[in-house]
Amino acid sequence: MQRASDILTVRKPGRLSRIAAPVRGNLPDRAWAALLTVLGLAVLAVAAVIVVELWRLSSAVLAKTGLFSFVFASHWDVVRDLYGALPFIYGTLVTSCLALLLAVPVSVGLALFLTEMSPPRVRSIVSFPIGLLAGIPSVVYGLWGLFVLVPLLRGHVEPGLARTLGFLPFFRGPPIGLGYLAAGVILAIMILPTITSIAIEVLRTVPLSLREAALALGATRWETIRIAVLPYARAGILGATILGLGRALGETMAVTMLIGNSPTISASLFAPGYSLPAVIANEFAEASGGLHTGALAALGLLLFAVTLLLNIAARLLVRISRRGPARVAA
Amino acid sequence: MSSRMRRRAVNAAMTILCALGLLIALVPLVSVLWLVISKGVRGLSLDFFTQLPTPVGEAGGGVGNAILGSLYIVGIASAIGVPLGVGAGVYLAERGGGRAGDAIRFTAEVLSGVPSIIVGIVAYGLVVLPMRRFSALAGGVALAVLMVPTLARSTEELVRLVPRHLREASLALGVPEWRTSLRVVLRTALGGILTAVLLAVARASGETAPLLFTSLNNQYWNWRSDQPTASLTVQIYNYAVSPYQDWHDKAWSAALVLLLVVGALSLVARFLARSRFGAQR
Repeated sequence: MQRASDILTVRKPGRLSRIAAPVRGNLPDRAWAALLTVLGLAVLAVAAVIVVELWRLSSAVLAKTGLFSFVFASHWDVVRDLYGALPFIYGTLVTSCLALLLAVPVSVGLALFLTEMSPPRVRSIVSFPIGLLAGIPSVVYGLWGLFVLVPLLRGHVEPGLARTLGFLPFFRGPPIGLGYLAAGVILAIMILPTITSIAIEVLRTVPLSLREAALALGATRWETIRIAVLPYARAGILGATILGLGRALGETMAVTMLIGNSPTISASLFAPGYSLPAVIANEFAEASGGLHTGALAALGLLLFAVTLLLNIAARLLVRISRRGPARVAA
Repeated sequence: MSSRMRRRAVNAAMTILCALGLLIALVPLVSVLWLVISKGVRGLSLDFFTQLPTPVGEAGGGVGNAILGSLYIVGIASAIGVPLGVGAGVYLAERGGGRAGDAIRFTAEVLSGVPSIIVGIVAYGLVVLPMRRFSALAGGVALAVLMVPTLARSTEELVRLVPRHLREASLALGVPEWRTSLRVVLRTALGGILTAVLLAVARASGETAPLLFTSLNNQYWNWRSDQPTASLTVQIYNYAVSPYQDWHDKAWSAALVLLLVVGALSLVARFLARSRFGAQR
């Protein structure tokens, strides 16, 4: 391939080649490029600093107890410096799964309604409150949960569940209000806008021709969604769900205020529990250095590793589904 | 015929179910907003914005130091995070074509999903431990780390929106690359970048978890960046989990102030996005 500079240098090597040479050689230009590169690399540096700091703070505890016994021990005794993460892992998983169970059907339904069923005007109107829902700070959700959701659960929902579904182990015990159920419900509300907006984004990438083909064959709206839209968007919606899960796992304030903060493991959803972020939030400031701080940092490292893996998986899924139909058959 | 009826019925039922999702999503939103406004507005007065918190049982008092502290911490965070985030975004848009660009883009995406409490731990190890005290600076660093990935991503998208021929015209006139970047490309994208910055600031203002053990809290006015500092969000948390009715009322009022600030920032951002940036294209 011939470039402009080649032609110019052929004609008059001496002077013109200097003019045609890219201006990039200038000092200010090089400085600007270097500055931008440094700023770009800063993002990588931030990631590296997060990993290094978490490792540095928690390595002492992990070296002493070992990763396996740290993760699977269920006692958390600050006085005797015995640390096990199991109750927190359990509480985090239970509340997050509960949140997904409640939020995913609603979000996907809402996303389908907005992209496939409602007129475009409705979508543009509704996008504002959905954005608002995502913008409310988590401590405000906690406040609302504490004074609205918890009394509601204690007074009506939990007794009702115990009466009707009380034969299941999940719905037994005294209705306290504070506990896994409250935390799960507030998490569901908080991740709903996340999942919805990504699901909408994914659904929009489904080619119109697929819907038209299904409709032309006489399918109803719902059948079109079922046979044409959803199979195409499956990977993306799964990605949206995983992103929602990642948010739920790391959500701190609202859960700290509602989960009851008791480092125990109970089958009942009415019982108070604890989550990874909640115990960090509650104890970190008071931890007097040493093993206690290290153990809390190790919980953080655990949480970080899990959310990192989930995020990577989710981004890849959303990317794959954006790329299109190649894998629909699979 | 009955099969057709059945299919129509299923279609109608699913449509109703999906529409129900909208209702379910709106109920908590309306409830939160209504309660924060109705319960919060009662406690608002001039004193609430200008006075220090009072002990339990003592009437009056406000959260003036917490409001100031939030401004202070978010200001520090913006001073660190905005140049870093916007700069990284410009890098991604202008020279992020290669593998390094892809790696940075992916890292930024993944970092935006890291729980904020983790960032608090990092700021603790990075700033609080060496300084041996909780400080506004530590809180600012934590919030700055949270701002960078999202800002980088949105800045990149906005800079990419600038038409190619604009920068080509500038380069053709012999303007050096760095001036083209600053005076032509960034200037054109400025409205959008301002919007992104405002949204990032709004998000940072609502954060609580990373401040709990970085800037901690303070009962008094504080003007020093190396001292523990009160913030509106931490104050709401402390008031909410306390057992006192009086403090609960203050939590609602403080939540109203917080929502107003965050909402105002988002509204201004939307307005900017629509008027200035929208008009240019």
